[in-house]
Amino acid sequence: MLKFLTQFGRYFLLLKKVFSRPEKPSVYYKQTMHELVYLGLNSIGIITVISFFMGAVITLQTAYNTENPIYPTYLIGLGCRDSIILEFSSTVAALILAGKVGSNIASEIGTMRVTEQIDALEIMGVNSASYLILPKIIATLLFNPVLTLLSICVGIFGGWIAGTMAGVITSEDFIYGIQYAFIPYYITYSLIKTLFFAFIITSVSAFQGYFVEGGSLEVGRASTKAVVFSSVLILLFNVILTQLLLS
Amino acid sequence: MITIKSLNKSFNGKQVLTDISVAFEPGKTNLIIGRSGSGKTVLLKSIVGLHDIESGEIWYDDVLFNKLDFNAKKEIRKEIGMLFQGSALFDSLTVDQNVRFPLDMFTDKTEEEKKDRVNFCLQRVNIINANNLFPSELSGGMKKRVAIARAICLNPKYLFCDEPNSGLDPITAILIDELIKELTEEYNMTTIVNTHDMNSVMQIGEKIVFISEGLKCWEGNKDDVLDSDCTTLNDFVFANALAKQLKASL
Repeated sequence: MLKFLTQFGRYFLLLKKVFSRPEKPSVYYKQTMHELVYLGLNSIGIITVISFFMGAVITLQTAYNTENPIYPTYLIGLGCRDSIILEFSSTVAALILAGKVGSNIASEIGTMRVTEQIDALEIMGVNSASYLILPKIIATLLFNPVLTLLSICVGIFGGWIAGTMAGVITSEDFIYGIQYAFIPYYITYSLIKTLFFAFIITSVSAFQGYFVEGGSLEVGRASTKAVVFSSVLILLFNVILTQLLLS
Repeated sequence: MITIKSLNKSFNGKQVLTDISVAFEPGKTNLIIGRSGSGKTVLLKSIVGLHDIESGEIWYDDVLFNKLDFNAKKEIRKEIGMLFQGSALFDSLTVDQNVRFPLDMFTDKTEEEKKDRVNFCLQRVNIINANNLFPSELSGGMKKRVAIARAICLNPKYLFCDEPNSGLDPITAILIDELIKELTEEYNMTTIVNTHDMNSVMQIGEKIVFISEGLKCWEGNKDDVLDSDCTTLNDFVFANALAKQLKASL
């Protein structure tokens, strides 16, 4: 318990350092642009592929589990749309990003710690926590909502392709289904969750990397911890946010 | 001038440095020598504020450094250059970007001025045509020289070097030592070098502090080091066969 509280305290002290005034905003701006490419644009591929196949599977699963004459087939499209918007594109995509981006951040910062690069920044008079972590947080907060919207579009497209190709639903029914009883607030809900998850992934992973002690083995462990803790927190906050935003 | 008074440092209850008092003079190459694990790196990192000390005083000229807050320390740190044991170059930046980093962060120089300064520093450490290489593409000696170029690009008042020639061949090690000595005199810096290399001691040791098991055991210069009556220092200095032969011939 004491260890948990210590870690909790260190996490918030780190955040305090991260959100202090930048030494030179122009350098931070450049760094943020770099992180947008590195953490954001480079995640488009994996999000697109996974969303496409998840949308396809959701459509087929919904179709095979609701094979009943009393259910109109357009409900397959509706089920695909709502599953993707409400849970997949925000939560499941965040879990995937926790694996990709989180481990990346923890190992990058952890390696910088064990090779004294962070000490070198401190010696120069640079606030290393802010310089290394703030641009990553800003970049993911800006870009993860874009990834979520992309994931929604690609997921629904994947569902349409799979549904029509497998012959479980006609194109007209699917399109009618995804328009039927649409609640725009669900998109807002999904984006709000995405922002929370982006912050969790970046800050927790950076925390794990920043306080690494030892060598490459410890960097690997920090990377694993970053993914595990980020994932657990994402699931926990998913429950809390769902209750707060949809109740 | 850097002055240390009664410095004590421990980790998890284990005393690592005990009552260290010493003054490091400007324009001189000050050496901290001792066996591996004797506390040299901890002392150096305590002096620059990377480790918090339990008690004692660290003075940079007339400023009590260890009592300053984070922002005040940052101001002093802008006058510090440091060469780390593993060079600590930023992996994701090229040689040019590494040396340019402090200029980008702390100056309002124009692009042209920055370019000139970077090229000047790289030429000063004899690195030519390597501006666009990444640290992973450099040899150990080149990495050290780039790290020195980065350390001096803001004209620091204080230069710290942690094992500057570890892992280098004897000839490159001498070149690095000579470079540090030249730069110290050229910029009148207060330079502190951590080493356990006796070649460095004899080459550049204008002031030498010997640390053993966290205690300052001896202080002097390279002319005194061979005929000291400190047993632990003699065991360290005359540890290898060549040095033993030298001692026998003295």
